[in-house]
Amino acid sequence: MDIALADLIFYLFASITVASGLLVISAKNPVHSVLWLILAFFSAAGLFVLMGAEFLAMLLIVVYVGAVAVLFLFVVMMLDINFTELRKGMLQHLPLGGLIGLVLLGELLTLGVAWNFGDNVAQNVSAPTPTLTDTTNTEALGHLLYTDYIFVFQTSGLILLVAMIGAIVLTLRDRPGVRRQNIGAQNLRKPADAFKLVDVESGKGVSLSQKKG
Amino acid sequence: MSVGLGHYLTVAAILFVFGIFGIFLNRKNVIIILMSVELMLLAVNINLVAFSTFLGDMVGQVFAMFILTVAAAEAAIGLAILVVYFRSRGSIAVEDINQMKG
Repeated sequence: MDIALADLIFYLFASITVASGLLVISAKNPVHSVLWLILAFFSAAGLFVLMGAEFLAMLLIVVYVGAVAVLFLFVVMMLDINFTELRKGMLQHLPLGGLIGLVLLGELLTLGVAWNFGDNVAQNVSAPTPTLTDTTNTEALGHLLYTDYIFVFQTSGLILLVAMIGAIVLTLRDRPGVRRQNIGAQNLRKPADAFKLVDVESGKGVSLSQKKG
Repeated sequence: MSVGLGHYLTVAAILFVFGIFGIFLNRKNVIIILMSVELMLLAVNINLVAFSTFLGDMVGQVFAMFILTVAAAEAAIGLAILVVYFRSRGSIAVEDINQMKG
């Protein structure tokens, strides 16, 4: 009964993942696409939990749903794009795309049927998963990440830094003609710069020189 | 039939094929193409975690984490390029992006 329930949950999450994956690429409105993508990530996180990778499941929700998908949502809503124009001629690519997809799926399934683990695969495990009563998944991952894979970990941090700087540099723009507050100039301004007293002689005009403050 | 490695690999394979199919289907729309790439990376992650679980090897999960990192960086940079391109051209149709050829 217990095993059957786990199987049922697997089929539930797997079917939701696959269905929402299909809807990501076929939805008419890109905003709906992003929402289906979020659902796909959520149910993939459910699959991860079923496989015993709880930390990665939470990471998937935090990083993908919380950051990446919301970033997509922002960009889709921010750009004013005629999406119906972009969808024109979509069915024209359907036969070729479908053919390539079917061929690839056939190849992958053939590989899945014909493939087997090697004989000595059990001896080649480099970091055996500890039993859950010993250490939690997160702790085991941390032990591995901060010892054997510390350099790769640091490098991935560097990649994120470069991506952050790159995104900022790309999207930062200096708009000409924007009048911003210049606090230094404001503080340096003295009464003498701002106004002057002019004696007006009667019967004569006064010439005012425009001075920019 | 009890759920095993093959079931997870099948889900990942179907998801990967949907990612490739999405690139062909939405050839003009860069945003959907980026989403398809995310789908493919998710499929690869499912593969890695499935093997990690069924071989009892933690390294697969570590590498799935690194793929997650790279995917996040790729999405950020890709969308930043998209925004800059839209600002200068006013369009994101793929066939308009031919300024750099030859």
